[in-house]
Amino acid sequence: MSRSNLLALALLLLLFSLWEMACRIFAIPIFILPPPSIIATTAVLQAPVILPHAFTTGLEIVCGIGLALAVAIPLAIGMFAWPWLEKALSPFLVASQAIPVFALAPLLVVWLGYGIAGKILMAAIIIFFPITVSLLEGFKGCDREFRVLFRLMGGGFWQTMRLLYWPWALPHFFAGLRVGVTVATIGAVIGEWVGAQRGLGFLMIQANARLKVDLVFAVILWLSLMGLLLWYGVGWLEKKSIYWKNNQQILE
Amino acid sequence: MLSVSGLTKGFDKQPVFSGFDLTVTQNRFAVLLGPSGCGKSTFFDVLTGVTAAESGRIRWQKKEVTHLGNSAAYMHQKDLLLPWFSLLENSMLPARTGRDDLVRARTRAMQLFSRLGLVGYENHLPHQVSGGMRQRCALVRTLMFNRDLVLLDEPLSALDAITRKSLQSLLLLLQSEYNRTLVMITHDVDEALLLADDLYLLSAKPMRIIEKIVLAAEKPRRFDNPELLAMKNMIMQKLEGDIDHVPV
Repeated sequence: MSRSNLLALALLLLLFSLWEMACRIFAIPIFILPPPSIIATTAVLQAPVILPHAFTTGLEIVCGIGLALAVAIPLAIGMFAWPWLEKALSPFLVASQAIPVFALAPLLVVWLGYGIAGKILMAAIIIFFPITVSLLEGFKGCDREFRVLFRLMGGGFWQTMRLLYWPWALPHFFAGLRVGVTVATIGAVIGEWVGAQRGLGFLMIQANARLKVDLVFAVILWLSLMGLLLWYGVGWLEKKSIYWKNNQQILE
Repeated sequence: MLSVSGLTKGFDKQPVFSGFDLTVTQNRFAVLLGPSGCGKSTFFDVLTGVTAAESGRIRWQKKEVTHLGNSAAYMHQKDLLLPWFSLLENSMLPARTGRDDLVRARTRAMQLFSRLGLVGYENHLPHQVSGGMRQRCALVRTLMFNRDLVLLDEPLSALDAITRKSLQSLLLLLQSEYNRTLVMITHDVDEALLLADDLYLLSAKPMRIIEKIVLAAEKPRRFDNPELLAMKNMIMQKLEGDIDHVPV
């Protein structure tokens, strides 16, 4: 383990021990602020209750990412192929970011009900923008000399896209996706707060209403774990996809 | 034969060149030498079809073309190898985009790999091999275009001395062994003198040919040749003289 990892772990442990001690010394009631030891126990003991809800939220996030990709990738390619399309759409894209997406959550419940569809849409709306923009910037960042080369080789747009622009933009794409997956969780949970029958957000609201604060914290812990898993999952996918940036073995 | 006549292009009503004429004979190494910003890059863009000329004609092999995008290969001081493809895949790119028979193209690429000493590195990624090998791979790709004309963009002067020298010898090989006609733009006098058969001195904007110099000295050339040194002084004087006459 590297030095920076050790330091991070040490800081985390210090923080939790301070928290634990504060709870015990000041005798803070569990329904106000439970100590980390109780949160951890609850997170494990209540796993049979939490897991089905975590599955729902996870499904919403993954489907939300999938939906966002299905919109963002064709949109970015289209705006790259036709600059007039970019000019026409960019005000709408920016405006879509100016609206606080969370304000749409109650409307999505009205339109799509208490099921997972509204939460998927919520997550997708939040993350499609960073993915579209980063992908488009990636395409545009391609060096002029490479474009001239492909022009002289007689590559058509789709061929050049496949052989040149797409792999060129992959690092940007993953940068956008990394930002996306972390905020997708927020979208799904807020969607569940506003109105749902299942999911971790739903469970949190229920537990909060009954002052089961330890359960609320346990759910937050599970949410963080899911976020970490997504983050590292994207990182793993990035390493696999951008294989030419790994193993820098130089001969001679 | 490549012939350009009456080529005109300008930006914001300022002519970069107007009525530009140039003739390059088959299997010659033509070097267009001019100061930075004289318009040679714009000329190159017009030749490759990146931008369109306002007027003028381009003829290649007696046929009139709007640009040379479909009849010339392209080389750059950077090797322009795609990092996600192996050396062989990189060299096969012109065959893929040109929809050639890939089996035959592969055989030809392998022949060229063995001619240029790249055998055993076909499946290496560009970052895994040395700069010299990357250049040789780029040369294979240039040959895989199967086009008789090669356009050389930008001087090699940005490269380190050893890499530049090896690239120069590869360019001479392209001409002598593979009978290509080469057109290069540069602002580097030394390089022009080492490589050119026909050296075209360009003026500052609006660009025109001041003089065509035919260099007969045997290649590869070395700079201890007194003839070349004298030539260099003469060229420097002419280029400087031209710049002095530009109204400020």
